[in-house]
Order: sequence, then C-alpha cells, then structure tokens
Amino acid sequence: MMTISEGYVHELAEKGLRLDKRKFDEFRDVEIETNVIKSAEGSAQVKLGNTIVIAGIKMSVGEPFEDKPDEGVLMVGAELTPIADPDFEPGPPDIRSIEFARVVDRTVRESKMIDVKALKINEEAVWIVNVDLHVMNFDGNLIDAGNLAAVAALATAKMPKYENGKVNYDEKSGALPITAMPISVTTVKINGKLLIDPTKEEENAADARLTVSIKNDGNICSLQKGGTEGFTVEELDKMLLIAAEKQENLRAALK
Amino acid sequence: MTILKNERDLVVPGEILAEGLDYLPGYGAFREGDRILAKNVGIVSIRERNVGVTALSGRYMPKAGDKLIGEVLDVQMSTWFLDINSPYQASLSIGEASEEYVERGADLSRFFDVGDVLYAKIISVSKHKNIQLTMKDIMCKKLRGGKIVNITPSKVPRLIGKAGSMISMIKEKTGCNIVIGQNGRVWIKGENEDLATQAVLMVNDKSHLDGLTNMVTEFLNSNPGVKVAADAKVYEYVEGDAN
Amino acid sequence: MRKFTNMLKVMPIRADGRSKEELRELVIKAGVLKNAEGSAYVKMGNTVAVAGVYGPRELFPKFLQNPEKAHLKCRYNMAPFSTKDRKRPGQDRRSQEISKVVADALEAAIFTKEFPKVGIDIYIEILQGDAGTRCAGINAASVALADAGIPMRGLIAAVAAGKVDGDYVLDLTYNEEEKTKADIPVAYMPSMKKITLLQMDGDLSADDLKNVVNVAIKGCEKVYEAQVEALKNKYTAVL
Repeated sequence: MMTISEGYVHELAEKGLRLDKRKFDEFRDVEIETNVIKSAEGSAQVKLGNTIVIAGIKMSVGEPFEDKPDEGVLMVGAELTPIADPDFEPGPPDIRSIEFARVVDRTVRESKMIDVKALKINEEAVWIVNVDLHVMNFDGNLIDAGNLAAVAALATAKMPKYENGKVNYDEKSGALPITAMPISVTTVKINGKLLIDPTKEEENAADARLTVSIKNDGNICSLQKGGTEGFTVEELDKMLLIAAEKQENLRAALK
Repeated sequence: MTILKNERDLVVPGEILAEGLDYLPGYGAFREGDRILAKNVGIVSIRERNVGVTALSGRYMPKAGDKLIGEVLDVQMSTWFLDINSPYQASLSIGEASEEYVERGADLSRFFDVGDVLYAKIISVSKHKNIQLTMKDIMCKKLRGGKIVNITPSKVPRLIGKAGSMISMIKEKTGCNIVIGQNGRVWIKGENEDLATQAVLMVNDKSHLDGLTNMVTEFLNSNPGVKVAADAKVYEYVEGDAN
Repeated sequence: MRKFTNMLKVMPIRADGRSKEELRELVIKAGVLKNAEGSAYVKMGNTVAVAGVYGPRELFPKFLQNPEKAHLKCRYNMAPFSTKDRKRPGQDRRSQEISKVVADALEAAIFTKEFPKVGIDIYIEILQGDAGTRCAGINAASVALADAGIPMRGLIAAVAAGKVDGDYVLDLTYNEEEKTKADIPVAYMPSMKKITLLQMDGDLSADDLKNVVNVAIKGCEKVYEAQVEALKNKYTAVL
C-alpha cells in the first residue's frame, strides 16, 4: 500500500494544515454507545473518527492482594486485534498494546474513579473488576478512545449479585461505586506544532506525544510522554491548557 | 439455454447467471455443470454469448499490456521493485528503464529512488505472477509532486469514459494534469487538486448511474476552482517533489 | 378444557418462544470496518461475531508461500467479555481448532488458485457468545470475503442443530446446548449444495444424525438469504 509520507504530514503542519482539514485543537467526531455487549457487566463502544474501541467489564469475586487486604481489584487489559489494522500481528501483546492498557489503567486507578474499598465483600472476598479494551478499527489515538470507552463502560456497569459465596450473573445489584470521571487528551508535536487527537498517519509522523488525564475537579491524574523528541516547558504549559479546555468536549459526549 | 439475469443486475458469488451450454463464462463468472455462476459481488455484463460480472470490490490483478502507477519500494543491482496496488510486486529491470549504457554495479537510485512514483507498462505476467514492467512506452514517466487517489480498479474505464470523454472533461474544467493507472491509482496535479479529486471520487462512487457525465459536469460547473473539503482516508499523497 | 389444549398447541416449545426449526433473531451487515478490505457483522440471538478480511496480500514468512495457490489463514478469537466467566485473552486450544476447521470450511468456496503465493487473512472476533459462535463466525467471514472482492464459488452459511427432548431443534442457545443429546454445527454452500463443515459430539443414531443435518441445512438456506440481502444492501447503497 502506498503510504502518506511523514514528510508530507510535516509539510502540512508547517502550513497550519492537517490531512483531514481539522484545526490543530479539534477532536474528530466522537460517538459513544453504552451497553453494547450483553455478556458483559458493563460495556461501551467508542468511535473517534475511524478508530473504534470496545470496552467490556467482567466482574468476579476473589481474594484481595496481600498488600491491600481492604480493597477490591481493578485491572485494565487491551488487545490490538489484527482485525483492526493491516499492520497488527496476531500473537502475544506487543509493547504498543501494553503501554495502551497501562496508561488507561493508571488513569482510571489514580483518578480514584472506582472506590476500591467499597468493593470489599468480607475478609476473604473482594470484587475483581476486569476492564478489557478491544480495538476493532485503528486510526490513531487509542489512549483517548480507550480511556473514554473504559470510563463509559465502568460508569454504566451493573454489578452482579453475590449470594451464598457465588456470583449470580443473571441478577444485578446496582452500579459500581463511582467517585470521579477521568478524561484523557493526547497531543502530538509535529514539526514544532501541537495537534490533538492524532490520526494514524499523524502518530507515525509525530516527534513527541503527551497524554494528559484530567478529573472532574480539573486536577490531573495521569501523564504519559511518548516519542523520541522532548518538549519545552512552554510547550508543556500549552498542552496542559489545551487538555483542560478540550476535555470538556469529551466529557459532554459522555453524557 | 436461458439467461437468468439482466445486464447491470447486482449479483453476489454463487448466484446463477445462466443455464445451458449456449453461454460462456466471462470475467467474474465460472461454469459448474450446465450452469454459469457469479464469482464476485458485481454487476452482470452480457456480451453476445459471454456472461460475466464486473466486480465492485477487490484488489487489482495485473495483466500484460496494462499501464499503471507504481511506487518504488526497493532498488537492487539491476532492478527496481514496485508496489502496484496488487498482492504482487512488479519488477523493472535497467534494460527496460533507460536507453543509456549503465555500468555494472552503478547506483540505480539516480534514475529512480525508493518512494518515486512511476507510470509504467506491464510487459509480462508469468503463471506464478512474476510481473515485468517497462518504461519504454508512450507516456511512461516518473510522476513528480501531485497526489494519488485510489479508486476501485474495475471502475477505471468509467473514469476514462467513451474515447476519453469523462477524463478530458475533468481535466479541462479543473485545469489539472491527471494520469490514470489501470490499477486504480489516479495521479492528480494542479491548482484545483481537491476539486479534481472530488470529481474522480464521484465517478468512483456513482459509476453505475445513468447521466453520470452530466452529474460530474454540473458539479464542476457549480464549484469552479473552489477548494472542497475531502475525506483524508480516501486518498494518499505523493511526497511533494518541488517540480 | 378444549380452550386449554388449543393453547398448548400454539404454545411455543422453546424457552425463547421459537418453534423447533426457527432461527434466532438474525442481523447481518456487510462492510462495517474501514481498515479491513472486507468485513461483516453477524448477530444470531445473543451471539455476536465480527469478521474482517485482509488480502490477498504478500505472505510472510516466505516459506508459507505456495506457488500454486493462496494461503488462507483464519483466526477465531473470543473477546474476554464475550462470556459469563471472563475468557482469558489469547488463543487457547479450542480457539486454534475452531480457527482451523473454519478456515477449511471457507476455503471450499474460494478460488485460491487465482492467487498463487499470497495470503488471505480472515479475522473473526466473537464479541458476545451464546452458543453457535463458530457458525456466526463463518456467516460473518463468508460475507466479509465476498465484500473483499475475493472470487468465490458461493457464500457459505452455517448454523447448528441438535436433538433436545426428542425434537430436532435448530440454532441452539447455550441453555439448549446444555440439554441436547448432540450439538451439530453445519456449514453449507447452497450454490454447490455442499457441506463444508460438520462437527459433532454427543450420542445419536445415524437416522437422527441425518435428520439433524437436514434441519441444519434448511436453516443454512435461510441464513444464506440474509447474507445475500446484506451484501446487496451495501452495494445498492454504493451504486
């Protein structure tokens, strides 16, 4: 396949342009659909332009971690399934999917979105909440799309009933203990310009990348820098401003 | 004895097109016993006793004599390898690229380098899909600058139009230089690249409608030289070579 | 009393209200993913499969290249959230076996000799599993292959049938599968009248088996109609 050259993306950025004619600080169209998977306790499909991510929540009961006996367990996993892109290979998770899962995991965890203490059932048993991110079509910016899907799925999940030491998946007992909603905004630097919500071509051409995740109260709950180039302090300030402003758009889409 | 579909009917693989031995399977069709069936999703085409299907999707399959647009992927001792928008790469040997005498081991990248876009002709396709190209034909050349639009290969004849009528009209109204490869790649260069792109994609999307030429003409008349927003996923760019 | 027996007659025999030879709610859409060359979505009751096809494309590693025909690869994968108990991500032995029989079932339809040396990749993602996932996967993959423009002898439709409480029953749910004496997935190519996948585990007489397969084939013909319609819907919209 003929590829759009990195040089061309750089050249456009220099002129203040993007391949899809968006402004530098403009998100692609966002579509969020919740409860799309019946077999999951919570689910959401997010379309961010041509990127499609499905998040599914499965809950089970197990033992707490030894160092955190009073807390339930929250885990985020991700699969870059080969259906999503001609370059994704089947096989064990590669470094890209591991980073993707870990960044979303940290964002959800550090925002204290779920009150994990409320997931304790008794001394031996706690709720284990698995969030699995399934990428169906890849066109860049997995982190923002995946985070949005995870948050939407968690916020709309229904906990199964726990009776006589068994999980009854056919009966629901209510929502998860939600305390915050973190939103991620990813910015890339191309030829000295800052662009949000990069497509696949823009990610390939990017010199550096920063994901900023922000809670309802405006505080930041996670950061992730990627790419081989650095940022100046001024650039960082600018990216924090963009993130603070643009997270509102995604938060609105969540409602 | 009977034909079961009409010209221009939409069919899917396995649909029976004709029964009996009076008809022959053309492109996109096959014979099974005394029936002729469709191989592809496409449009039925009946040419006298030939019943075939013009596919509406699928990769380009190379044929000798086709002129196409390829991208240089690799340069070796005496050969270039090109991506031709098909599952198979094509090769261009130095003897087919230049009349010039070239010393053994010379650096071929001074003729064509990785990433260059060429308009070339297929001289042969072997049973095992080894594809040989030549640049020694009228119009064959390196394409500089501009951009590449991909269309469905089976729609290339529609874009060219009867005796080149469609493409001449688009060139005239947009002032763009346009080269069409049989492999579904279209090279466009000029002031109104976006407008020309829209027109080409319009032909691609509405190729089976009657009155297509009028539709495209009207579109171009109502948007003289206007830059039109385009879907970035549909087309791909050639790196801007200053010329 | 008479009224009561009448009611019994019209009362559905299955938990979800279906008659014995009735398919579950069936939804098929062609062309649902942008990156894949061909794709399809299939919902059979609570079982949901999405298939994507890439290719024909260059095949690596090179030793897999066959100079006579295309190499067909299939990967059947269940999403972790597709089942009641979370499925561990990745390919277990069951997924690998299903991938193999599904690839064979589909290859029967494909003119692989037109594409020497290359690979055709079929990816099936099961997003929701309520029995019959391999059949839903085949139904989606077959539409995705046609959507990708790969030359085929015909579409392949699949559905399972079994024997429950003495009745031959089509398109089993998970709860019905638990009760069946045998669960038999069948893939069938109506244009060639050929069975391209047949598996069974259970305990059945030869006569019962024939009857179950017949019920399944009748079901496949209904699925086939929906596949044709899905493709025509997509391409009519394009025209």
